[in-house]
Amino acid sequence: MIHFNARSAWSIYLHELDRARRTALQSIVAPLLSTMLYFVVFGAAVGSRMNSGLDGVDYGAFIVPGLLMLTLLSESTSNGAFGIYMPRFTGAIYELLSAPVGFGETLAGFVGAAATKSLVLAAIIMGTARFFVDYQVVHPFFVLGFILLVSSSFSLFGFILGIWAKSFEQVGMVPALFVMPLTFLGGTFYSVDVLPEPWRSIALVNPMVYLVNGLRWCFYGKADFPVIVSLAMALGFLTICVVIIARIFATGWRLRS
Amino acid sequence: MQNILEIEGLTKTYAGGFTALAGVDLAIRKGEIFALLGPNGAGKTTLIGAVCGLVRPGSGTIRAFGEDMGRHWRTLRRRIGLVPQELSTDMFETVLATVNYSRGLFGLAPDAAKVEDVLRALSLWDKRHESLRALSGGMKRRVLIAKALAHDPELLFLDEPTAGVDVELRRDMWRQIAALRDRGTTIILTTHYIEEAEEMADRVGIIQAGTIRVVEETRTIMAHLGRTEAHFTLGYPLAEVPEALAAFPVQLAEDGRELVYRGGDGAGQGKAQVAALAKAMVLAGVEFTAINMRESSLEEIFVTLLDSPAGQGEAA
Repeated sequence: MIHFNARSAWSIYLHELDRARRTALQSIVAPLLSTMLYFVVFGAAVGSRMNSGLDGVDYGAFIVPGLLMLTLLSESTSNGAFGIYMPRFTGAIYELLSAPVGFGETLAGFVGAAATKSLVLAAIIMGTARFFVDYQVVHPFFVLGFILLVSSSFSLFGFILGIWAKSFEQVGMVPALFVMPLTFLGGTFYSVDVLPEPWRSIALVNPMVYLVNGLRWCFYGKADFPVIVSLAMALGFLTICVVIIARIFATGWRLRS
Repeated sequence: MQNILEIEGLTKTYAGGFTALAGVDLAIRKGEIFALLGPNGAGKTTLIGAVCGLVRPGSGTIRAFGEDMGRHWRTLRRRIGLVPQELSTDMFETVLATVNYSRGLFGLAPDAAKVEDVLRALSLWDKRHESLRALSGGMKRRVLIAKALAHDPELLFLDEPTAGVDVELRRDMWRQIAALRDRGTTIILTTHYIEEAEEMADRVGIIQAGTIRVVEETRTIMAHLGRTEAHFTLGYPLAEVPEALAAFPVQLAEDGRELVYRGGDGAGQGKAQVAALAKAMVLAGVEFTAINMRESSLEEIFVTLLDSPAGQGEAA
């Protein structure tokens, strides 16, 4: 029999959103500002002289999904990680561990809140991007679905990171040293098709390439790869994260002594 | 009396090889205040952690409210509250928000009246909109108690509830704990303050090296192991104890200038014997100019028990 206490999950969810509200400057304004700077430099200033490599899409519009993904992946990972790392760090996790909540409620609360923050951030970035570049969305519901899928996956990944980490440095290290550089090199600013060999083949090993292209397809209906490949990658990553977290809860690794 | 918690053969060895619990057997009665005493590292916090789900025990069973904790943890945890030793909570939240969160976390619907009751009982109502970081240490500890009470637990664990609070606040906390017991809450507290256990607990358990050494009613343990000591300053030195006083457990000290009584049971018998001794001394013509008398505290009993390998008792 599957137990799920919706009220407990809702409490965790609201508690996490309240924490985000208190840190809005860090979790909303800072990433929004840096993304806007990218739009100014690469979209408005340099973009008019660049070829996107995607038929019928201006360079300024071409980079919107990539920049959106760049911010979403970093923020989802950080939000998911800090959500669980902070109570571990302060000791407040005792309350969660002694409460009648399990794997389902904890994930729904923490990851749901992290994904919600990412969605809000995505909406703000997309709205603000309109001031700098002209873009259109061919599949708006796919955009919403894909953002939700990727945000949830990387929030789960962040949750694992927050349980694994033994210091603030480790929490901040993975998004800064792995997630952001890989997304940067994952076709945020260019189509992998314009890369010469062997760089194109090397780029295909980077999983972020498929995620960026998936969102680009949702925006413009065209990308370097079929959208099904991107969807499979995202779903696969989500499944791996869920299995790992289920295992963590079953064993109590880094949670219960 | 009905047991609310039954622990049998509970063990816990940490990854580093330290054995915190070496086969704990313990039963807690419904409605009592039980004080768990022991030196640092004795296993008090690990034992509480094992019951509350913070620690994964190696072996043994924990039954709460007659049901197995391992199998029915969801329903049983709703009925248990925990106040941790450390001031561990989000210090940027307001008092009201953090107590409401605790209630929701335990799966209960918001109840403004209930939360107000809890905050008023702990003198926190006026501080409800303040951030926790703005509160004093004693107030923060009260907030942790309020969080633990937000879901109306029937069994409440208080891990060092008065650690680091001043004497006045400590006594206030004792009154609040007693009030909780009066409302039917069973309380298990760990403490370093023996006076606290002596003042509040119905029963005392002493844990050492992960094993329960003794569990007794506080009055009984005082009666069995407590002692009265009385020092009579004599009007003139004596060479030996007079024949008329031979029936009393007395001896001479300070080169015959003091007569020392050591006896009693820690529950009043010693005082009566000292009165009888004083009367016998007057009748025997033994002059004395002063009496210094004191009862042994639970702390002395505690130290004696821990020092004595023969002090092992049977867990109730």
